[in-house]
Amino acid sequence: MAQTQRGARRFRRTKRFLRALPGHILLAAMLVFLLFPFYWTFVTSIKPQKELYSSTVTYWPSALTFASYRKLFAEYNFIRPMLNSLLVASLTTVVSLTVSLLAAYAFSRFRFKGRKLFMTMFLTNNMFPTVLLLIPLFAIMRKIGILYTPSALILSYTTFTIPFSIWLLNGYLNDLPRSLEEAAMVDGANRAQAFMKIILPMLIPCVVATGAYVFMTAWNEYTFAVMFTNEANRTIPVALKNFIGQLGVEWGMLTAGGIVTIVPVCIMFFFAQRRLVEGLTAGAVKG
Amino acid sequence: MQLSRSQRLKGDEMRKNKIAPWPYLLIAPALITILTVVFFPVLNAIFMSFQSYDLRRPSQIHFTGLANYLSAVQDPLFWQALLKTVIWVGVGVGLQFVFGFMLALLLNRKFWGRGVVRSISLIPWVTPGVLIGLMWRWIYDGNYGVLNDVLTRLGLIKSNIPFLAQQSTAFPMVILTIVWQGIPFFALMLLAGLQGIPEELYDAANVDGANAFQRFFSITVPSLRNTIFVTTLLRIIWVANSVDVIFNLTEGGPAYATQTLSVYVFNKGNTLNLGYASTMAILLALSLAVVAVPYLKTLFKSQEESE
Repeated sequence: MAQTQRGARRFRRTKRFLRALPGHILLAAMLVFLLFPFYWTFVTSIKPQKELYSSTVTYWPSALTFASYRKLFAEYNFIRPMLNSLLVASLTTVVSLTVSLLAAYAFSRFRFKGRKLFMTMFLTNNMFPTVLLLIPLFAIMRKIGILYTPSALILSYTTFTIPFSIWLLNGYLNDLPRSLEEAAMVDGANRAQAFMKIILPMLIPCVVATGAYVFMTAWNEYTFAVMFTNEANRTIPVALKNFIGQLGVEWGMLTAGGIVTIVPVCIMFFFAQRRLVEGLTAGAVKG
Repeated sequence: MQLSRSQRLKGDEMRKNKIAPWPYLLIAPALITILTVVFFPVLNAIFMSFQSYDLRRPSQIHFTGLANYLSAVQDPLFWQALLKTVIWVGVGVGLQFVFGFMLALLLNRKFWGRGVVRSISLIPWVTPGVLIGLMWRWIYDGNYGVLNDVLTRLGLIKSNIPFLAQQSTAFPMVILTIVWQGIPFFALMLLAGLQGIPEELYDAANVDGANAFQRFFSITVPSLRNTIFVTTLLRIIWVANSVDVIFNLTEGGPAYATQTLSVYVFNKGNTLNLGYASTMAILLALSLAVVAVPYLKTLFKSQEESE
């Protein structure tokens, strides 16, 4: 009796698995497509130089070597663009978050004259093509003498990080009931105290997620960076691109640089992922 | 403890009546920054588009009226770039949507390790555009590229193809790359939408004997209408504006085969002919308004509804 029951259960499970199988195969195929480039970049970065340019393509190196990474840091001083990127991305994050948090709080908690107009102004920002801003900004920065300094990049990154952060933070704030601060204000706290003591602690995970997104976009940005930096303060994306053409293409070193670039981004993304996805999808899904 | 709707409205009303300086002070830093780095430059670009503004000849900058616009209309490369942009956006975003939807449906099923699979499938979305361009450039390489090796092993080609160096293959390959980048974003947004569809709708359809296709077209698609609309418009704007992927794959070549309008403006900017570059950037922005205006309208409608 028990045996037939177990048999039936196993049969059901097998049947369920077989029904899901085509889906699993399709999903596996898509994952291979989405992830193979990363695998290939990594394998390339640990292959010996002569294996890279041999007539047979190998899918795993015959001998592992970290020579490309050594060369990247020792000969090409890749640490410098990394520090430049770190500086620019961190400052962009701090500036954008501070400014956006204040504005998002105003949009979420106050109803004031011109609120809609100001919100439209921030939202329309994302519609302007990068190249439309790039050219006048280049001319302006050149005129006021900050072209080829980190400030030029930080300022130009706020063109897209501030509107985006306001949008995200406004969404998160709208999800926190007003009664929270109002209760504190009835108890005698002023608005600033209520914000610092009640709202901000609850908002921290969302601020971190928004900050991670801002950091990633600044870390990844190329179009502004290539025009607004020079040899001394170029960021990672520009440095990577410059490997092409200096001495022909050095794929070993280039892919090593790619891996070094993307690892911090992935780590940040995995931590911020859940909140970020919530914030991003809220607007679209609610609509 | 939620305040009732009427209490909340009364609170809003009170705040509205006495004109408090607070909200204005709070938005001031963001507003000043945006006015300086976005609105002022846009006005500047409009101004520059009416000038002969070439930084290689800085002493000869002067007002030329509509001359730049007239040269754009007569520039065959401008029209070619506009056509490339339409194909780039149409085919690129279209395929991202189809495969992104597929991925979202596949990830919406229950299976072991779903969380991890979901996270790692998003990685292309956070990868720098430069790196995307360079990684795929290496994959497509005509001599040592892995794509040539795979196709040869499968017996599909007899000799290596220089994918990015020949006119006929360069543009499709560039589009394939942007599709790869965009699939995760569509999947992410659509997956969130799918999870918001109440299970009961499907149960009811099952009772009525609807098959998988009927369920998909009469429940899934209508429920996701808004998500699809907003995501597609947003993605169209991003893809149309993107420079880094194409520039790092081909720089717009060979022989302008992959030069979209954004890349054309970028290349012109690099040659320091800022007046003409501004003109084309403005024309690009105007064509994007066709997409941007309905996008903004929907955003506002949904915002009013949620308030």
